[in-house]
Amino acid sequence: MVRDVAFGQYFPGNSLIHRLDPRAKIIMLVAFLVIIFCTFNYFSLLLVTLFTVFYLAFSGISPKFYFKSLKVIFVIVIITSVLNLFYGTGDPLWQWGIFKLTVDGINRAIFVTIRIICLILSSSCLTFTTSPTELTDAIERLMKPLNKIHFPVHEIAMMMSLALRFVPTLLEETDKIMQAQKARGADMESGNILKRVKSLIPILIPLFVSAFRRAYEIATAMECRCYRGGSGRTRMKVLHMSKCDVFSFAALGIMICGVILCNIFIPAVI
Amino acid sequence: MNFISVQNVFFSYSNPEDAQPVKNAVNGVSLEIKKGEFVALLGHNGCGKSTIAKHLNAMLLPDSGKVYVDGDDTSDAEKTYDIRKKVGLVLQNPDNQLVASIVEEDVAFGPENLGIAPDKIRERVDNALKAVDMYDYRKHAPYKLSGGQKQRIAIAGILAMQPECIVLDEPTAMLDPNGRDEVLSTLLKLNKDKNITVVLITHYMDEAVLADRVVVMDDGKILTHGTPDEVFSQVELLKKHRLDVPQSTELAYRLKGCGVKIDKMPLNTSDCVKLLEEVLN
Repeated sequence: MVRDVAFGQYFPGNSLIHRLDPRAKIIMLVAFLVIIFCTFNYFSLLLVTLFTVFYLAFSGISPKFYFKSLKVIFVIVIITSVLNLFYGTGDPLWQWGIFKLTVDGINRAIFVTIRIICLILSSSCLTFTTSPTELTDAIERLMKPLNKIHFPVHEIAMMMSLALRFVPTLLEETDKIMQAQKARGADMESGNILKRVKSLIPILIPLFVSAFRRAYEIATAMECRCYRGGSGRTRMKVLHMSKCDVFSFAALGIMICGVILCNIFIPAVI
Repeated sequence: MNFISVQNVFFSYSNPEDAQPVKNAVNGVSLEIKKGEFVALLGHNGCGKSTIAKHLNAMLLPDSGKVYVDGDDTSDAEKTYDIRKKVGLVLQNPDNQLVASIVEEDVAFGPENLGIAPDKIRERVDNALKAVDMYDYRKHAPYKLSGGQKQRIAIAGILAMQPECIVLDEPTAMLDPNGRDEVLSTLLKLNKDKNITVVLITHYMDEAVLADRVVVMDDGKILTHGTPDEVFSQVELLKKHRLDVPQSTELAYRLKGCGVKIDKMPLNTSDCVKLLEEVLN
């Protein structure tokens, strides 16, 4: 039951986006997320939306999965857009009590909705096309300069990759413990929420105990393999930027210029 | 001096702050292991065999006595990594030894720690995976493999560091019979083809029979040692310490007790069949 939970949602593949350097993907995503919130008129918004669609099309992943990722935040999108709808300033088009609908409000609602959707789609595109190992690897390398201020970059990346490695193992273990407790007559499926939460305790305690025992053994195994922190360590897989990365950076750059030009020459709506 | 030399080692897990001293886990063990040997270390749970294993690669240091690996004293902190590079330790639970979420990246972990150049690591990883016959699984996630396969990956992870000796602490204890066969045949192959010294800690007698030399431990001491023939012919001694002998040896021992004349104790099924044929004719 527990094992069905898909984690990280990575879909292996060989599309253009899959082959991009994970570091490039992270940098591009951050730049893109900033630019999404720098769109102030419909032209720049259209540009950003088109770019998102363009990016998704190249990822070679079925739109079905993107819709699924949107479903999760559907409620949030509705709430924020309704809030924004009545938050505008200016002459009301329609008023009922404190609720007034304005042109400004409608604009705000549309902007917020499209911005959130673009944000979710572009971030899911990153997790869909990049394996967790690649991601932690890229984060480690991108944060390397922080080593200068004694920020433990390697340690954090190591913890992340170990955590990811043990997600399936611990899920399997949870499954086993649940079955063991059920075999002893534990009831986990009936009663109100409070009772159900309480019934999780006999699962969580053994899980924690075994996780600590595991951690101790992993530390031993790592020491046996000469692990001594990040200094002097090399990596088998060397990341290098390719032509594809240059092209996608160029595409992003052109899009950003477009958005800036639109913002300068076309009056802002919000 | 031999490749590994354990000299009169005492060790206890006691905490110096505790008032009550804990019984010694290892009580004066001396052991010599030659290069290229396949040694099996036998004994009950809690007889100190795992403690000895951890002494061989400087994970534990003796309270008194010395352990030398290739002439280096394990208590010399500067030599710790050289020793761990030469003597790889494989533990019981394969799940808790694999650190990466892709097989080949896990095998690369050891060489990466040694600071080897990336293209050389790739070469070592490929060779190690081929040696344990898991090359086709290099892109898989470890949690999807069987126990025997995972343990072979763990062995490959040690092999990629190109050690001269592999110490395995009950590597087959959590495996099914198929997994045990996989792991054992891998070990025999590595010992024969690559001349890697193997120290196999086990409580399965059938595994110990395959070794060049068997060392039996009980209560933190070495009870007896010698070739499998020598050790398993001392059935009374082993029985007295509640240790088993291989099934074939047990059968011959009982027949002997009934008055059948047997010169040499059989250690495996084919020897036993031969013996029975002779006896019956």
